[in-house]
Amino acid sequence: MIPVLLITLPIFSGLMAFFMKGQSVKSWALLSSFAVLGISIWSLFSDANLLSYSQAWLPSLGSRFDLTMQDGLSKLMCLLTALSFPLVLISTQQNSSNQSPHFFALMLLTQAGLMGVFLAADALLFYFFWELALIPVYFLCSIWGGEKRIAVTFKFFIYTFVGSILMLVGILSLYYMQDTPSFAWSSLTANASKGIYPNWAFWLFFLAFAIKMPIFPLHTWQPDAYEQSPTPVTMILSGVMVKMGLFAAIRWLLPLFPKATEQFAWVIVCCSVIGMIYASLLAIRQDDIKRLIAYSSIAHIGLMSAVIFSGNASGMGGVMIQMFHHGVNVIGLWIVANAIEQKLGTRSLSEMGGLAQKAPTLSILLVVMSLANVALPLTNAFVGEFLMFNSLFKYNVWLTAVAGISIILAAVYTLNMVQKVIYGEVNSLTEKATDTPFNVNFSLVLIAILIVVMGVYPQPLLDLTKDAVTQLFAQQ
Amino acid sequence: MSQLVFLVPLFPLIGFLITGLGRNYLSKTATGYIASGSILGAFIVSCLLFSQVYGSGSGQVFTLFHFIQTEGFSIPFAFQVDQLSSLFLLIITGIGFLIHVYSTSYMHEEDAHHFARFFAYMNLFVFSMLLLVLGANYVIMFIGWEGVGLCSYLLIGYWFKNGDYNYAAKKAFIMNRIGDLGFLLAVFWMLAKLGTATYGEVFSQVATLSTFDITAITMLLFVGAMGKSAQIPLYTWLPDAMAGPTPVSALIHAATMVTAGIYMIARSNVLYTLAPFSQGFVAMIGLATAIFAATIALRQNDIKKVLAYSTVSQLGYMFLGLGVGAYTGAVFHVMTHAFFKALLFLGAGSVIHALHHEQDIRKMGGLKKQLPITHITFLLGCIAIAGIPPFSGFFSKDEILMATYAHQPWMYFIAMGGALMTAFYMFRLYSLTFLGSYRGHTDAAHPIHESPLSMTFPLMVLAVLSVVGGFIGIPAVFAENAHWLEHFLAPVFQPSNELVQHTHLDHATEYLLMGISTVLVLIMILLAVKLFGKDDVDVKKDDTGIKKWMANKWYIDELYQAVIIQPLHIFSVLLKNLVEKNIIDGAVNGVGRLVHYGARQFRLIQSGQVGNYLLFMILSIVVFILIWFNDATILRALNNIF
Repeated sequence: MIPVLLITLPIFSGLMAFFMKGQSVKSWALLSSFAVLGISIWSLFSDANLLSYSQAWLPSLGSRFDLTMQDGLSKLMCLLTALSFPLVLISTQQNSSNQSPHFFALMLLTQAGLMGVFLAADALLFYFFWELALIPVYFLCSIWGGEKRIAVTFKFFIYTFVGSILMLVGILSLYYMQDTPSFAWSSLTANASKGIYPNWAFWLFFLAFAIKMPIFPLHTWQPDAYEQSPTPVTMILSGVMVKMGLFAAIRWLLPLFPKATEQFAWVIVCCSVIGMIYASLLAIRQDDIKRLIAYSSIAHIGLMSAVIFSGNASGMGGVMIQMFHHGVNVIGLWIVANAIEQKLGTRSLSEMGGLAQKAPTLSILLVVMSLANVALPLTNAFVGEFLMFNSLFKYNVWLTAVAGISIILAAVYTLNMVQKVIYGEVNSLTEKATDTPFNVNFSLVLIAILIVVMGVYPQPLLDLTKDAVTQLFAQQ
Repeated sequence: MSQLVFLVPLFPLIGFLITGLGRNYLSKTATGYIASGSILGAFIVSCLLFSQVYGSGSGQVFTLFHFIQTEGFSIPFAFQVDQLSSLFLLIITGIGFLIHVYSTSYMHEEDAHHFARFFAYMNLFVFSMLLLVLGANYVIMFIGWEGVGLCSYLLIGYWFKNGDYNYAAKKAFIMNRIGDLGFLLAVFWMLAKLGTATYGEVFSQVATLSTFDITAITMLLFVGAMGKSAQIPLYTWLPDAMAGPTPVSALIHAATMVTAGIYMIARSNVLYTLAPFSQGFVAMIGLATAIFAATIALRQNDIKKVLAYSTVSQLGYMFLGLGVGAYTGAVFHVMTHAFFKALLFLGAGSVIHALHHEQDIRKMGGLKKQLPITHITFLLGCIAIAGIPPFSGFFSKDEILMATYAHQPWMYFIAMGGALMTAFYMFRLYSLTFLGSYRGHTDAAHPIHESPLSMTFPLMVLAVLSVVGGFIGIPAVFAENAHWLEHFLAPVFQPSNELVQHTHLDHATEYLLMGISTVLVLIMILLAVKLFGKDDVDVKKDDTGIKKWMANKWYIDELYQAVIIQPLHIFSVLLKNLVEKNIIDGAVNGVGRLVHYGARQFRLIQSGQVGNYLLFMILSIVVFILIWFNDATILRALNNIF
């Protein structure tokens, strides 16, 4: 029941939005996103029988319309998806992209696709939603994006689409390898223990997920796409969409290929750790605030991917809560970046300065987001990073020491950003700046409260993901 | 009553929230009262806790809630109140309170909302330090550990319009983070080997670990201490931290932050006693830092820089003490140093305040008449740090030095050299500031006058403490069993003392060393006063030779710039412009172009000649038949490849 609502509601309201006119569509989209958030919160407390839905879909292929919130990870990811859309819609009211009904329609369709990815318990359905999430984003970026949007969006689309096709090939080959072909998650994973799935199929899936995350060196689409997308879409891309790759790796890749995961973990972990340092060093060199956040995000995702493939139970719990927290925090950073761009008309850090005098509230909130970005203790990001580093340490001490350098580098690029944006003297550009409107502050304060509360008392989220972790390790 | 322990950090936290959130609404007076009052509240509770620990002679652990509970380990949000932490609580909140009171006057020129911002940061600073000290496991300690790093960042960059100050703030945070990484790795190591980070459990189980593990843990922890307590090679942030307002320096140098490293090692004393290599390393780094920083302090002309290098040097002595097993001595020196260093910094602040932000001692002189209270208290502070009996610095430093002599006589003589330098540079500072004749410019509209009572009162209290504070640790050579502090802290250091029997010097040697060192220190003081206290002291002369190296801090900042920062800069530019753009993204675009090119070539196959089509048809059929009959072989081949 709940999974169906989470998907059909945004589809329905999205389709309706295409036919709406004027300002009413804003309220409509906001209303829809709040309804979805409400349902998602309800899912945390509801009975198990409300959490799954199964219906015949393509009987000739043995594929069913199977949606389940099978564990805390699904719940958490749905919650992230449900929470991020109201935040994005509220905080970007003033953006020029947010004036067209089509924009909101496509955004809501994206939300439906994302929900589907986190809920599908059937491989073909999973693939369907995986693509459904991508297609509206393609249009959003190529219509409302920056100057180089056509070239960049094309690259982004082709790059991730190649990954998707590889995954489809992988799904189909696994389908035929079973004694009784089925796309059901339960059947596919149950057969995994027989060791009938070949290693090359692992790579087909892995590439699709790795491009999405992204794992070094498959990341080059991301900074361009983040930079050129309209900022509301960037928020969804980095806040929620990259979690598709991480989620899929945990939900599908690990249970389907336990042997291959173990065998190839070192390659993936090494790539991830190199990516952490590499992206951090590049982040230091960025002048465009959006590109800086993009590289910072790649560095953070690197740690998560490293732990997914090498982690122990506590580390995996860390990954799961960090997927949520990273989503919230990075959206916070984007909101600040967006507010600054709206105000100053530039994203170039070298042209900024002195905002602490002109926009004190925004500055304080930027500092809070930045502290979460460097995973300071008592912010939400600390607990996840602590658990993940701890788990990586058990896997390999030296890799942890190298990966740990990213903690230092994170302080370098984040504080650089803070210094260039809010400290120093006011210049001719920032002179006219004023503090941000209520809607922006509201979203940021909400995120700031989440950051601190989850940082001081992280146990509820850890408890929520416990069943997912237990299940994962029971299978292996 | 000790359940009230949560109130100790709670008061400053509430103070932080009120002054921070209400910064646009509160008057300066209200801000001052709230911020100082919150620390006073914490101090009163700390006194109660201290008296209880003193009375019962035992410590207690209070768990507030489960911070992280996960597969394999559990980290409670717990506080430990025992001899060591309750003593530190008194130092932090007591001196913190005096600094807050002082700041209400010192910062009075600031706008009301900046004034409130300042006190919000100060309260947060004390809060973080209290968490650090109160934590009952290494993770809670780490929360405070990073928290003080953050607060120092915020306070050093308090005057945020100035780019240099921001740079100094950033440098402090990043250098601290390097140390923090070491600390964090040590915690992971503990969790991996012992499955716990709680003090009690770690200390009781540590004996089961191999020497390698203990050495690794202690060395990594010490990396953290190097950052936080400004030891070689991570000390360069502390002198730059002078960019913050002067009371901040007093807070960082005396009550919070830099003593964290000492506290951590004193707390982990069992680990260090079991890892002789690490302990020796701590002693060597401490000794080297003590001497090295003292040489730099000899030639600094900024009143706060001299004091900053003096702190680095004194911290070196504390680590030397820890390294030679004189744990009580190190903690003792933390305490006396907190008294006189807070006094000296606040005194320097009073001078700077009176001279309207002049910090160059070459432009001071003869201030003893205009600033009588500041002068007397500052002089007492100088005598205390120089180590003249019976001032407090004498007892604590003597305890460390004697333990060093018992450990290794050659280390004692080097350390003694540093102590002589200390006396010299402190009295150079004193003489240039207060003796001789005034060398600055005079402004009739703003005559130099003594600071108000809210500033001089903390100076007087601290001066009294600097004079008498040493009597809680009278060495056995003067009177048996008069070392109150040693008895008080005995339970904390007992496990270490059981492991290692320290050799005690015979009284004759001790008297001899004490006598000689006191005489030499007095000579140094007289020399400094004679050289720099005269009316016509020449301060314009440029430093040459080795003095120039000292004045330029041995060019260590420049060295770091050339060896670490610059190469990293070049490397990252290389990554951005070459690797990212041309190699990785180039490869991705190359694939795209290849497909494009391939498609163009492929198009030519559609030539329209029936013969070609037939050929392709037959070839395709052959390929398909081959695959049809050999799919198993091909799958196997694929499997072998991947």
